[in-house]
Amino acid sequence: MDKAIVTDQLTRRFGDFIATDAITFSVDRGEIFGFLGANGAGKTTAMRMLCGLLKPSSGHAKVAGYDIATQTELVKKNIGYMSQKFSLYEDLTVKENIRFYGGIYGLSNQRIKEKTAQLLDKLQITKEANQLVSSLPLGWKQKLAFSIAILHDPSIVFLDEPTGGVDPVTRRQFWDLIYEAAHQNVTVFVTTHYMDEAEYCDRISMMVDGKIKALDTPRKLKEQFSAVSMNDVFLQLARQQTVSNQ
Amino acid sequence: MQPIIINNIDKKFGDVKALNNVSFSVEEGELFGLIGPDGAGKSTLFRILTTLLLADKGSASVMGMDVVKDYKKIRRSVGYMPGRFSLYQDLSIEENLRFFATIFNTTVEQNYDLIKDIYVQIEPFKKRPAGKLSGGMKQKLALCCALVHKPSVLFLDEPTTGVDPVSRKEFWEMLQRLREKGIAILVSTPYMDEAVLCDRVALIQKGELMDINTPEGIVRRFAQPMWAVGAGDRYRLMQDLRSYEDTASCYAFGEYLHVTLKSGGAGEDALCQYLSPHQDLTMFRTSAGIEDCFMYLMQEQNQ
Repeated sequence: MDKAIVTDQLTRRFGDFIATDAITFSVDRGEIFGFLGANGAGKTTAMRMLCGLLKPSSGHAKVAGYDIATQTELVKKNIGYMSQKFSLYEDLTVKENIRFYGGIYGLSNQRIKEKTAQLLDKLQITKEANQLVSSLPLGWKQKLAFSIAILHDPSIVFLDEPTGGVDPVTRRQFWDLIYEAAHQNVTVFVTTHYMDEAEYCDRISMMVDGKIKALDTPRKLKEQFSAVSMNDVFLQLARQQTVSNQ
Repeated sequence: MQPIIINNIDKKFGDVKALNNVSFSVEEGELFGLIGPDGAGKSTLFRILTTLLLADKGSASVMGMDVVKDYKKIRRSVGYMPGRFSLYQDLSIEENLRFFATIFNTTVEQNYDLIKDIYVQIEPFKKRPAGKLSGGMKQKLALCCALVHKPSVLFLDEPTTGVDPVSRKEFWEMLQRLREKGIAILVSTPYMDEAVLCDRVALIQKGELMDINTPEGIVRRFAQPMWAVGAGDRYRLMQDLRSYEDTASCYAFGEYLHVTLKSGGAGEDALCQYLSPHQDLTMFRTSAGIEDCFMYLMQEQNQ
């Protein structure tokens, strides 16, 4: 299987409102795919469907080879998820969080032990293993959250604005982790409001009013829109929508 | 009179130094940016200046009024938009605005001039509850509410966080127009690219100011030569650069990596040679932006 995500006319309506409007695209294995769009463009709805948390109104999609409408439990087992808003339990220690998520994903005790040692060593937080997560700086939390999201070796990880508010150095260290994961053939599906981060993706889709209005590599998108940066591309595409809404 | 003066402010929460000897002042009609990540101390400073929190040490004044002795007067004459959306979610746009006007003993009509530009953009939705608005519209409403009593100073704590690039751009355009009306504005943001839109900025990290200057002035201080480097296999390029012994710093910046060398400009040829096995290699001299400077200063601070 070389496609991590395949969607076909994937649609979700809420009453009269079409949040996600017949989107069709695919993501390759090991690809870093940036999923961009203005607030309210329908990104979250699409992402929730792909994670098996919301049933589509029509259309189909397969994630990690499983149907998102009929095989939701298999989808959930084979993906990782991390968002800026929710990721770790603040009142559990670093180690307890790892054990908790390892248990949730059905890893054996032996495996959890190995993974814990590996992860602490990689993030260089062995000393902090027994500290409450609430006491860690934000940047560390985000890196830990990412590592825990891929603890069960999923083939795809979904990241919903993972770097909001994080300092510029930590933000880049976070992307190092993303690159490393992609290098090990994990597919990364990421949303962000930082347009420089959009440039780090292999390919990018731009959602406007529930539809995918553009999809290509950052370089080709910039050529297509005669833009100097992804920020320019974004402004050109999303501006039309803002005007039509008001 | 300088609208905001801050002198040697310290604030601790337990063992954590949230602010460490912070001093600066904001000039009349100035758009002043406080730039730094979460946890840098930005909100703590805002809360001290808006009289919601007492500093451990130091003093501060707003429009010549002391933040401790004259707190009641300050509250009447400043506009404050806190970091967390704090309007009434179940009141409509219209109701929220009227509520805030009433609290400040005025009416929407009296100061309509000031908010008109912004309000017309959300007016079509004026019956909608604030909780049901998109991120960009919420920010516009919050700004209207902070302006409705015609404040002489405006405090905006991360007004654009989590807002998409289009709404962010519109929001900054509104701030430029407000500044032209002579209102001093102190605004904080974690987005480094917004620094260039301010008259002056203070870079803050771990409770300490790392630099205060105009955006051009900050960038000018970054003296060492820097290259932008790109290649087909980015991951390998980054690994190669990080393990190169002459590399002083290497950070991803959009399409390219920004690299500085310990040997400065003298090492250019050797670096070029070292990277030559890479396919689609591009390498050129580039100038530093605010974010480069911020990271450089962070490195210095950590040493």
